Amino acid sequence: MGSIISFLTRTRGRKKFHMTDILTYVYLGLGVLIMFGPVFWLIMSSFKTQSEIIRFPPRFLPYKQDSIQVVGYDNLLPLYDVKIDGQVLRLAEINRIGIGSRLIDPKNPSQVIDANIKDLKPVEHVDFSLDNFKEGIASFNFGVYLKNSVIVTVVATVLTLIVNSMAAFALSKYKFKGSKAIFLVMIATLMVPTSVILVPEFLIITKLNWNNTLIGVIIPTIATPTGMFLLRQYMLTIPDELIDAARIDGASEWRIYAQIIVPLASPALAVLAIFSVMWRWNDFLWPLIVLTHNNLFTLQVGLAAFQGELNVQWNLILAMTVLTLIPVTLIFAFLQRSITTGIATTGMK
Amino acid sequence: MLNEKTKKNIFQLLGDWVGFFFSRSYDLIASGLDRIIFDPLQRLVGMLRMPYFFVLPNLLVFTVFSLLPVLLNFGYAFTKDPNLFLADRPWAGVESFKQIFTCANFLDPNSCLVDLFWRSVSNTVQFVIFQVALMVIVSMVTALILNGKIKARGFFRSVYFYPVLLSPIVVALLWRWILQENGLFNGVLSGLGLSTQAFLTNSTWARFWMVMISTWSNMGFYTLILLAGLQSIPTEMYDAAKMDGADRLQTFKNIVFPLLMPTLLVVTVLSLIRAVQVFDIVYAFTGGGPGSATMYLVQYIYLNGFSSPIKQLGLASAASLLMAGVLVILTIIQLSLRKEEV
Repeated sequence: MGSIISFLTRTRGRKKFHMTDILTYVYLGLGVLIMFGPVFWLIMSSFKTQSEIIRFPPRFLPYKQDSIQVVGYDNLLPLYDVKIDGQVLRLAEINRIGIGSRLIDPKNPSQVIDANIKDLKPVEHVDFSLDNFKEGIASFNFGVYLKNSVIVTVVATVLTLIVNSMAAFALSKYKFKGSKAIFLVMIATLMVPTSVILVPEFLIITKLNWNNTLIGVIIPTIATPTGMFLLRQYMLTIPDELIDAARIDGASEWRIYAQIIVPLASPALAVLAIFSVMWRWNDFLWPLIVLTHNNLFTLQVGLAAFQGELNVQWNLILAMTVLTLIPVTLIFAFLQRSITTGIATTGMK
Repeated sequence: MLNEKTKKNIFQLLGDWVGFFFSRSYDLIASGLDRIIFDPLQRLVGMLRMPYFFVLPNLLVFTVFSLLPVLLNFGYAFTKDPNLFLADRPWAGVESFKQIFTCANFLDPNSCLVDLFWRSVSNTVQFVIFQVALMVIVSMVTALILNGKIKARGFFRSVYFYPVLLSPIVVALLWRWILQENGLFNGVLSGLGLSTQAFLTNSTWARFWMVMISTWSNMGFYTLILLAGLQSIPTEMYDAAKMDGADRLQTFKNIVFPLLMPTLLVVTVLSLIRAVQVFDIVYAFTGGGPGSATMYLVQYIYLNGFSSPIKQLGLASAASLLMAGVLVILTIIQLSLRKEEV
């Protein structure tokens, strides 16, 4: 126990390379494997053909069987290395009957050779084919779902920034009757996540006739107390003298908000923007309830529905899953530093 | 991930262009709005009433979509029948609650009148206990290691963080693919000469993997918070301990642990709040099955409120109210911990 603790709490380096250093890097290496491995496996699998997908035990690389066009046959014929009398011949298979296979030599298509299928070894090559992606996009409505997801994410984020920054400005820079009460009530609803007010929220959406509209998905999410709180805390640090000076110069309150406070609060706004994009892109439960028309689905809802109806077509599901995680991975590659510091300093997700 | 220099160049080019157009159009819109709406408005109502107009949009959305639903929830919980509109719902008093709480033996969901509710409660409790414990331990260990003297800390930190960004649906599908009958794990098992497992259709395995997967997808977030907490411990503390001749175990027990305690508590409560609401991952991972082995509370609400052919909105809302109660208590604890921390 003592050694575990000391292993975990080393902070100063030693001169010698120590057992604990090895353990540290083993842990971290395993971490890389466990965190990235599954995603990597998913990406590899998304290139596999239907027959490779159901193959057991699975192989890492996406193999595809070679095939050949032979005169006299309409379809491409799969190629096999066949052992006959100790000799290995490269033959094309015409069809299978039980455990017997009927093959021909592509160079000499007139003669049919019979062989036992256990003597057959498929001729394969590694092939990163995009067939799954093409077929998936065709049958999955990817473009429509992507468009809906982008609309929801962008519109909701812009509105979130506007609505919350206005409220944060009022609650940080003014003392007015009721400001305390408003602030407290908003903080109180931090406790009420969407998941516990589903039924009544759905009633309100229905009364507003927002069922099956993207507005119905967007509007209820834009007044986020966490975001408002974050912006307010940041705006409190902006000196009031700036505001007084602007007022003396004759600026209206709106101009003070739009042209002094907002530019100065841009670091906090950027953090909220990144979070809001992540939240809205990944949202599932609320869009699932509001949207029932297939052509209004967001990517997440579409993907969940897709896997429900095409339970066996894993190759397409995998390809679509990969497409869905591309935008997030790009955000991660470019913005991971600002995201991680953002979370570390605000503690929100 | 990309080379720093390339990144900078891309950003600079993009930034210059976007920045120019953005600031120009922003100024235009802002001053336009001022001229058309806000300047006349301020003349009309006076400067002192302007803040009300600034909070108005937020307050409106907030009232309609958060506050009002909370109140309406009571209306549903105390009425019955599948009608969505409250006016059409006959009064039922505490009938829904009675139904939920009618059990011969509360520890055995089979003996309950509404057996799925208690089953989902016990599933959720089980999930929360294992998941929170695992999450806190794993992210604590990872944070401590990342806080040690290691090379490429930034890289490793972001490695653990990557799954946090993935959507729950993607996470669920990813793991279903790996755990399915002829998936990667079973391939490895059979390669080792072991028998394959029904990871998704055996209740115990399904529950086990739900805990593992949600830990996998969220641990980066808690690791970050704990790491920030560890890094806020001043190095003088370690130096002082060293001067006093404390060994590493003593340093950890007497300095690191007590100073990290508030952060650890926040992490525990946050992950508790999150675990109670588990839904998205399980929806696409097992769909609540096999049977109802991984049916959790939110799914019970969703089932009764939306997806089942005979909607039992009263039961859904009663369950919501009970869950909200638990969450309120947890959040109050979290907020008071925050205050202490600051």
